[in-house]
Amino acid sequence: MEFFQRFAIPHPSPAIYASMVAIALVSIGIVVGLTYFKKWGYLWREWLTTVDHKKIGIMYLLSALLMLFRGGADAIMMRAQLATPEAKLLDAQHYNEIFTTHGVVMILFMAMPFIFAFMNLIVPLQIGARDVAFPRLNALSFWLFFVGAMLFNISFVIGGSPDAGWTSYFPLAGNDFSTSVGTNYYMLAIQISGIGSLMTGINFCTTILKMRAPGMTLMKMPMFTWSAFIANVIVVFAFPVLTVALIMGTADRLFGANFFTTSNGGMDMLWANFFWVWGHPEVYILILPAFGLYSEIISTFSGRNLYGYKSMVWSMILISLLSFLVWTHHFFTMGQGALTNSIFSITTMAIAVPTGVKIFNWLFTMWKGKIRFTTPMLYSVGFIPLFTIGGVTGVMLAMSAADYQYHNTMFLVAHFHNTIIPGVVFAMLAGLTYYWPKFFGFMLNEKIGKTTFWFIAVGFVLAFFPMYITGLDGQARRMYTYSESTGFGPLNMVSFFGGALMAIAFLLIVYNIWYSFKNSPRDIGSDPWDARSLEWATHTPVPEYNFARLPQISSSQAFWDSKKNGHVLFKGEIEDIHMPNNSGVPFVMSCIFFVAGFSFVFALWVPAVIALIGVFVCMTLRSFEQDHGYHIHAKEVKETEAKYGEVLNNEDRSRATSRV
Amino acid sequence: MKIDHAQPLEYSTDQNQLNILGFWIFLGAEIMLFATLFTAYFTLSHRTGSGPTPAEIFEITPVLIETFVLLTSSFTIGLGVHAMRLGRKNAMVTFFGITLLLGLCFLGVEIFEFMTYYHEGATYQTSAFTSALMTTLGTHGAHVTLGFFWGLFIIIQVVKRGLTPQTANKAFIFSLYWHFLDVVWIFIFSFIYLKGMM
Repeated sequence: MEFFQRFAIPHPSPAIYASMVAIALVSIGIVVGLTYFKKWGYLWREWLTTVDHKKIGIMYLLSALLMLFRGGADAIMMRAQLATPEAKLLDAQHYNEIFTTHGVVMILFMAMPFIFAFMNLIVPLQIGARDVAFPRLNALSFWLFFVGAMLFNISFVIGGSPDAGWTSYFPLAGNDFSTSVGTNYYMLAIQISGIGSLMTGINFCTTILKMRAPGMTLMKMPMFTWSAFIANVIVVFAFPVLTVALIMGTADRLFGANFFTTSNGGMDMLWANFFWVWGHPEVYILILPAFGLYSEIISTFSGRNLYGYKSMVWSMILISLLSFLVWTHHFFTMGQGALTNSIFSITTMAIAVPTGVKIFNWLFTMWKGKIRFTTPMLYSVGFIPLFTIGGVTGVMLAMSAADYQYHNTMFLVAHFHNTIIPGVVFAMLAGLTYYWPKFFGFMLNEKIGKTTFWFIAVGFVLAFFPMYITGLDGQARRMYTYSESTGFGPLNMVSFFGGALMAIAFLLIVYNIWYSFKNSPRDIGSDPWDARSLEWATHTPVPEYNFARLPQISSSQAFWDSKKNGHVLFKGEIEDIHMPNNSGVPFVMSCIFFVAGFSFVFALWVPAVIALIGVFVCMTLRSFEQDHGYHIHAKEVKETEAKYGEVLNNEDRSRATSRV
Repeated sequence: MKIDHAQPLEYSTDQNQLNILGFWIFLGAEIMLFATLFTAYFTLSHRTGSGPTPAEIFEITPVLIETFVLLTSSFTIGLGVHAMRLGRKNAMVTFFGITLLLGLCFLGVEIFEFMTYYHEGATYQTSAFTSALMTTLGTHGAHVTLGFFWGLFIIIQVVKRGLTPQTANKAFIFSLYWHFLDVVWIFIFSFIYLKGMM
């Protein structure tokens, strides 16, 4: 019995017991459903063992939506607790757990997989490749992310959630002040999914550098691919810092090391520095691909080439360099001294310059364009003013002297949500709507989509703009309640109302997917938006080999130029296509990683060691394996192409599309 | 799979070239990993609490042996890759074998060194300095250990399958890894041991 006590929840509440029951029921439901409909084989063959970048992208997408729900549930609970003064919905401990998991889930398990989803879905198509450089590694990346996310998410029903904030500053996150296993979950779950992210970074850097279609020079790459490339370079250089910091944090908590302790020479500020040396570039890992999506969408729906292509690229490169030079601005008040603070103030403000260049480029792209206000375009147009407000308050925060007033208040919370929601979340929802037909073969309903946009935009403004005011008035972040005499009550109620509108928007997204699945027409052709880049030059849904013949590129708007200016994309005969084999190893290996992570969380050394050996056995098997993939024969490719009912000849294709 | 005979065997297919570039990028990430460890070490090396200082526990003899052994192994793996380029399979296997044996010697001395620290009262828990020292050395040592098994598997594959584009590619990438560990060791030797003994 004593053995099992470690798995008990330290701060149980009815909500947690209800979640336990719900998780058990859903798990049983999934198992029974899969068995009843005889789908186990299908699940294994088509999804668990797949190495196809499109399927992996779809799995990232579904996971991200799932985690958006989890993080959103946390958010609405926090807003409900703060809606009225001295509310009793959550106690202080429960509130700590919820703001911690909200932050981690939204950044690492929602936003990251969302951008990885788009990178997986779009990048190989945009550069005219058959897959990524290392398809099996790609599958491993996904499954490591997935088991990391699952490990993090079981914390609140087994052993207790992390409760030291998403930044987990020491000494608070140390054993003395965080006695439950929650912070162990934080360290290990993020470590496992972080390894996956690092491998994705390596994979996509290699893919983009080496696998572009003939004729596509770096300066002819579509803008989303450029943004994905730069984001992945940042991943490669930022994530190892997190890896080391997490190893040290784990060592402190599990093995009694003294990195971040307050005795025996430990230095708690070292954690804060390492965390933000990773954490600030991480922000740009999220926002740059979002910028890339906006560039694609704005250019498509303005009917114009992207304005200032070169300045777009160079501003992203500049942002990526500066992103490594600003981390101290996250703790101006924590004792660096005036000179250090001044330097980091200046580097932080400098980031506003290349970002401003991008804003003006988007505006000039729309200038005199024939703008079509589709759902993705609405998000993009909404993004520009809202994100600019977030950027301007960022410059306010960058002034280190003034930061002593803003630090740890709701003003900061308002600022970073004001950049992340219009910046990243709008982009993800715009991208979801824009690319949905490419991968699922039907469009999402525009009417519901536009309603969703208005709910989310108005909800966002109502939820977060009041925080600027209460923050300046001194409402601290991470406080579970406040007294009535502070006068924060009414504005917090407005925030709660805004949060509720955003929750409705989320339900509308789900409803839209269901509604469109039932009602949308399926004969949409391969280019429903009249778009400009290469991913629209192949069929819908995309065949597993992506392109029957590799395209020949001569401009950054390759597909547009083939439609309007007579460039010929596809030349030559169809040849045999080499494809990678599916493999169950990434999935199995990730499951073993899950066992290892779980055992480390509870310091169960025997299963931990066995699981680590299991990981090395998987790597050994991989080393000895001889896997040369397989070929799809030219004849089979031609049959598939014919089935799509589209003309193989490019000249005919350009005539066909010019009818539109 | 197209094989380009104008290129050395390890570069001769598209996938091989991807593997090599991907591994270089991975080494970029490894540089960041060790750079972070060094940063932590430099920050914490004077924070010894009630434990020993670097000068009190570092000894030059085992460290010199480790350095000599590891630098030699980097030379022998270079010879191994050269032999591979000449298509001399047996010479290559021999040089790779010597490399791994030298790697084992290195690990033996390092374990001895850690035991000495332990007996002198410098354990992983003693102070921020010892935690940082042993994590940095341990991460390097874990890389060498992993490299030993990896190299062993590659030798077995070369012996069984001969020098094919695949095995040559694996052997070449392994040599990059091994050289990288050597470079890291040079930094450890100069900036942890020599600086600590001054």
